[in-house]
Order: sequence, then C-alpha cells, then structure tokens
Amino acid sequence: MRIILNIWRQKNASSPGKMVRYELDNVNEHMSFLEMLDVLNEELTRRGEDPVTFEHDCREGICGCCGFMINGIPHGPERGTTVCQLHMRHFRDGEELWLEPFRAKAFPVIKDLMVDRSAFDRIISSGGYISINTGSAPEANSIPVKKQDADRAMDAAACIGCGACVAACPNASASLFVAAKIAHLGLLPQGEPERDRRAIRMVLKMTDEGFGYCTNTGECEAICPKGVKIENIARMHRDFTRAVALFREEAKVGGTG
Amino acid sequence: MAFQLESRIPSGPLEQKWENARRDMKLVSPANRRKYTIIVVGSGLAGASAAATLGELGYNVRCFCFQDSPRRAHSIAAQGGINAAKNYQNDGDSVYRLFYDTIKGGDFRSREANVYRLAEVSLNIIDQCVAQGVPFAREYGGTLANRSFGGAQVSRTFYARGQTGQQLLLGAYQALERQVDAGRVQMFARHEMLDLVVIDGRARGIITRNLVTGAIDCHVADAVVLATGGYGNVFYLSTNAKGSNATAIWRAYKRGAGFGNPCFTQIHPTCIPQTGDYQSKLTLMSESLRNDGRIWVPKKKGDTRNPNDIPEEERDYYLERMYPAYGNLCPRDIASRAAKLMCDQGYGVGPGGRGVYLDFREAIQRLGRKTIEERYGNLFEMYERITGEDPYTVPMRIYPAVHYTMGGLWVDYHLQSTIPGLFVLGEANFSDHGANRLGASALMQGLADGYFIIPYTMGHFLAQVKPGGVDESHPEFRAAREQVTGRTKKLLSIRGKKTVDDFHRELGKIMWEYCGMARNAAGLKHALKKIPELREEFWQNVNVPGSGDEMNQSLEKAGRVADFLELGELMCLDALEREESCGGHFREEHQTEEGEAKRDDERFCHVAVWEYAGENRPPVRNVEPLNFEFVHLAQRSYK
Repeated sequence: MRIILNIWRQKNASSPGKMVRYELDNVNEHMSFLEMLDVLNEELTRRGEDPVTFEHDCREGICGCCGFMINGIPHGPERGTTVCQLHMRHFRDGEELWLEPFRAKAFPVIKDLMVDRSAFDRIISSGGYISINTGSAPEANSIPVKKQDADRAMDAAACIGCGACVAACPNASASLFVAAKIAHLGLLPQGEPERDRRAIRMVLKMTDEGFGYCTNTGECEAICPKGVKIENIARMHRDFTRAVALFREEAKVGGTG
Repeated sequence: MAFQLESRIPSGPLEQKWENARRDMKLVSPANRRKYTIIVVGSGLAGASAAATLGELGYNVRCFCFQDSPRRAHSIAAQGGINAAKNYQNDGDSVYRLFYDTIKGGDFRSREANVYRLAEVSLNIIDQCVAQGVPFAREYGGTLANRSFGGAQVSRTFYARGQTGQQLLLGAYQALERQVDAGRVQMFARHEMLDLVVIDGRARGIITRNLVTGAIDCHVADAVVLATGGYGNVFYLSTNAKGSNATAIWRAYKRGAGFGNPCFTQIHPTCIPQTGDYQSKLTLMSESLRNDGRIWVPKKKGDTRNPNDIPEEERDYYLERMYPAYGNLCPRDIASRAAKLMCDQGYGVGPGGRGVYLDFREAIQRLGRKTIEERYGNLFEMYERITGEDPYTVPMRIYPAVHYTMGGLWVDYHLQSTIPGLFVLGEANFSDHGANRLGASALMQGLADGYFIIPYTMGHFLAQVKPGGVDESHPEFRAAREQVTGRTKKLLSIRGKKTVDDFHRELGKIMWEYCGMARNAAGLKHALKKIPELREEFWQNVNVPGSGDEMNQSLEKAGRVADFLELGELMCLDALEREESCGGHFREEHQTEEGEAKRDDERFCHVAVWEYAGENRPPVRNVEPLNFEFVHLAQRSYK
C-alpha cells in the first residue's frame, strides 16, 4: 500500500522545525508503524539524507519509549495501543498522515519526533516509592493484601510512563501519570505510611516541572495505551487534599548527647 | 598469558557456603563508604537493584543507561514471572528442589555453589519486592498466588499479570529514584558506555558518549559494575529490545575480561512467527501460556485447513506424546527443538510452514473464557494486535526465537570478572543458568545479584583498596578516550553504500543459520569464514549519516553492530570447540538415537573462558572445570 507522511523535522532543541513530506509506495499491511518508519529511514540513508529520529526500544508495547502524534493523536488512532504495536493494516491505501512530537512545555524536543521526558523521573524521585531498604523486608505473606486491592493497584501500576497522557491533555497535565503512581502505592498496605507525604511531594513536583493542572477533560484516559483510569486522578485529588490538611514535613529533631 | 580462573567457591556444605562466605567477607565502615565511588552500567533489574542497594549502604554511586530513563531497561518486557522456593503451595518445593531443577535444566553446565545461592536468596527477593509494593497476583485470602512454569513440577512462580518484569523493574527503579533524591546515586540517562578503563590491572572507570550532545566523557571510580543484559541481538531478529547490545561487555572483554561460554544462546519456544523481511524484531508470548495452552501440529503434512476444522484425532500433541511427564511444560530447549523438528519434517503451519499451534480451546471449555482472560488477557491482546487473529477463537501460531544468552563475561562466586574491580551482574555474566535457562529464572538472577550479592562482595573488594588515587588526567583515561573518539570518527567517515541494518541483517542470517538452534562443524567453519569477510566489508562500505556532535541513532547502531560482528565470530568459535550437545546448544554430530542432546561430561564438563589476545590474533580458550559435589550428573529426561 501507499502512505504519505508529513513528518516534523527538527535538528535539535534550539533549531526551528518544519514539516517534511515523504511518500512510501511499498508499505506492507503487516508492518508495524515503526517498521514502516524503518523502511523510510533505510531509504533516506541510501539517498544520503538524515534519517528520522524517533524513540523506541522494546517494540512490544511495554517499555514506554515510543510515542508521537499521528494526526494529532498520541500513539495514533487505535485505542489502547502504543505506536510500536500499531500496524499498517489499520490505515487505508493512499492515506496521508501527519507525525509530530509530543507537545508539552515539560517535554522539550530533542530531535525530530523525540522528546525529553526526564521530568517523569524527577517526579518519581520526589516520592513515588515505598521507603524500604534492601534486606529489611518482612516475610512476604505476613502482609496480606485483599485481592481486589492488589488488582486495582496493578491496574494503576500498568502505566508505562510513555507520556501520551500529557500530550493529549489540553493543559499538558501529568495528572494521570502521577495519579497512577499515587494510586498504585496508596492502595497497598505497604504504601500507607508514606501516603500523605507522597501525594504532597509528587503533586507539587508535577507543578514545578511545568506540567499543567487537571481540568477533567478526560483526554488522558481516552488515549492511555494501558487503559489507566481517570478515577485515579480523583483519588490523587482526595489524597492531596487530605495530605494538605494533615501532613507536615518531619521536623528535624536531633539529639545533642 | 592464561587466566587464573579462581572461582572462590566457599568451603563447607552447600547450605552453608553463602553464610560462610558472608561471615568471612571484609566490611567497609559506614563512615568510609561515601569515600568510594562505584559505577553501575545498566539500569535493568540487576543494575537498578544494585545501584539502589549500594546507594542505601552509603556508597557514592553513578548509574548509566542508554535509554531516556532507567525505567525503560529491557527487563521491563519479561512477562511470565519470577521463581522463588517459598513452597506456599505445599506442593513439595524447597530451596534444594529449585536448586536441583535449575542445575538440571541448565544441563549441568553451571556451578553448584552459585545456583544454590540463587535458590536460597530467591526467598528474600519476594519479601523485598512485596515490601516495595510490587502488585503480585493474590488469592482471595490475601496471600500471594503462584503458577507453574516450564521445567518444574511445582508451582513456584510469582507473577503480576503478564507484566512481572515491568513491575519488578518499577520496584527497583523506584528504589533507585529514592536514592537519587537522597543524593547517593547520580543518574546518567542517555549515556552509552563505549570503553572500560583498566589501570594497574584494576577497573578504574569508563568512557561514555552522551547520546544527546555527543560528548565523550571519562568517569573515574573505585569499582565498576556491568549489568548490561544479553547479546541476543547479534542474531538481528530476537526478542530483545532494539537497543540491547553487547558493547559494554565486549569492550571489557577486549580490556581483559574473560568471556564465558559465548555460544550458549537460549531459543525461546513461544514467539510469534516472522512474517516478512522488513520485520525488525520477534515478539515473545510468555511461556506461562504453556500452562493452559496445548501445542500441536496436524498429523498430515502440509495440512492447510483452518485449525478449527481439524478434528481431534488428526492432531498431534507432540510434546505430550514425546515427553509425557512434563508434556507442554517441558523445558525451553526441549520444546524449541521439538517445534523445529516438526516444522523441518513438514508439519509446520502458517506462512512458510514455520509455526506450530498453541491452542486454548480445551482450556476455555474447561475454565471458561473469563478465567483465561484473567490469566493471559494482555498476551492475547498483544497477539491479536500483531497478527490480526483472535487467539480466543483461532489457535495461536508460535515458533522458536532467540531470547536469552546464557553466555557472558566470566565471574567468580563474588561476581567479579577476571579484571579486579570489574563486577558483572545479571544476564551480562555467564553464571547460574548453564546451557539453558529455565523460565522465570532471569528475573530471579538479576535481582539476586543486585539486591543480595553485590552489596556483600563489593564491600569485601572495596575494604581491600584505598579510595581514589587516579583521575581523568591519567594516561589510560586519555588513551581510552582518544580511541573512542577515533572509532566514532572512523565510522562517520566511511560513507559507503550499505546501511548499518544491511550488515546487521546479514550477520543475523549467518548466526541463525549456522550458530542457531542446531549447529554442526561444517556450518560453523563456513560462518567463521563469512563473518570476517562481512566485518571487512562493514569497515569499508558502511554508511553512517550525520555527525558525532548530536543525537545520531545511526551512529549508535553502527558502534553496536561493529561489536556484534566481532562477538558473532567468537560465538561460532566457541560452538565449534564444544563438541557435545547440551541445553540450548545442539551439535548435530552429538545426539542420541532418539534425537535428544547428547552431553559429553568426560570432555566438556567445564566453562570455556575466552581470552582476548589482541587484534588479528586468535583468542585463547581457557577452561574452568565444573565439579559436581552434591548432585549427580545425569542424563536429562522429561519423558
């Protein structure tokens, strides 16, 4: 099949970018979207042009590396799918597509379709964990967890950190990402002691990193390749509100003797 | 100069070796730990858990990964589960039984002491991960659930849906990020290690390329940990992530680290078959599917009927027929070889006859669709997305594919390579899995090494050396940096006619054909002629566009493929020398009358440790004999 691609080309973060048109004539419907771009890149290399930079790694829909906008939709038109798992059989012969990087202030462009999502790591670093040193854990079955809670925690933990939720949100909010982690850890008894601290720190960090606020648009849930639910955001707001009322950073109390 | 392969296996009975070793190890006092800098390369299960744990102890850690975030490491894609000898099911499991299954599954080509320690530590891993909030599957009573896996007759595999690797990695990644926040770990994402610096016989640092700016930097340390995963991508098509590569371990090999059993590759039995030449990778379907799925081919050759139209009596459930005791749950090498055999004999299904059916019809009838959805839903979705077929109604088609490399840098019981101060963890080392890895054991080894072994053995090493002493201005650092810069420039200057992928695909074809599931001397010799020719052509005719001062994915790939072109040759050499069949390594000249692998314990009950002898000189094969003190070498039988 034949596919026409308009791809955002941008040399680096400080150069201006532009759309460039490419035509591909021999696209096989069994190809994944990224394999189609591989074919384009091989052609460009042979012609002595710069191949298109896009992020990818596992190509199994789990590492969270890949993702860009296809016709204005992060990861493209198929629901619940990362771009590496999107196959050309879902497109029409002769279809024209527009490929752009995820757009958000907190995700600066590195090159072409690749953006910098390190803000996500800094949000996790601010409190998205359970503080337990290696070697000091109690026997695993000494902490029973209701199956329902474990399942719901797993639903939230399925987030792959791809950033599509941010790209889809009109406010470029990272709420779904942050909420998923708050819900995952907050639903488990192990995560309870740090629940307030985690909520406060992660929500404030999200704002510091330049992500916008959540206005319940719901685009994030609609676009999430892993089906993470917006109900997590409600939980995040509740935990945050609770934490604002209850939580104080620990006073530094040191002994003198 | 031959290696002194001192394995440092502790004395005493099997059950007390690790305890004895820990008792005898030296310690670094808490106040002194921050004076030591440790470099950890790789941020998968082994690397992230090591960096986090060493950070918790108070060392000054610098962790490197080539991805944009440590959370992307390929451990994330492991689906099925992680083994631990908890015996929660009361079905007869024990540390000894996990140890024995692993030794036997690896076809008696691993060290008893290492494997026993792995089984022992498996108990702590589950405790640790649960405490971190890893959402393992639970029973209604709130206790942890288990399932069974290939090569085992007990149910000892812990899992988090089909995303166990992801969840375990997120646990380790979160522990790592906690240390980043505490200032004890400094994270270098989008940095690729391009060389190891050895000074006075000790690993003292690495050279990296910043993948965004192209800057080539020196990083000095008191010890270096490599946790960079496996080299299955030497085959081009594999289940590995596209970025997985051998560069870090290959550079270390060329700086004096021994390479153990390079030819030991695992071929995973349940992958989605290849469809076309454009294909960039193979996708694994978790082995856990073999719990409920039944594997079969039509009894008639070249039967192209819709599988649902083939009646029961015209189906050959060949694993159940050939290996009645384990059936569909026989180990990976056995299942892979049987599938290939069926296809080679003309019973294969799907395009090109390279596939067998993995059928859930009976399980859906017995358990209901909902249960199957709960157990394997995401895998079924993934299959449908890739093939466009619905596995709830049409049996899956699967075929073996390159998955895991058991070979890797040689390490002693302390996980130290032949270069003092260079430690190697997880898939990057050769230990624990012998000639074949059982399912759900990769995650176990990565975390065992990172959480529970390196903190002790690293302390023992550091306690015997003074912190610091060299800096970036040392001539060895300058020389290594210049070499890296020169190599990068050379790759960019060739401007030939073929792309990096052209070469990689060609290498992959040679490797799969002659050093894949089945090998023979003639084929290996042929490959050993072809690979140097291809390498020669690569350095004359590769086209790497762009410059070195920017994000340049072609340049990244070129450097990795250049290393694969050398490693591939070593793999073939190793395969040629090992004149026996064992585990995932099947030498056609060495098989039983029934076509099973025939080991030769007289001549090959050892680890082959290859030593780099310099440019254009054949590497030297050293040997570490394997002594079986506690188990008896036995023919593996799953019948």
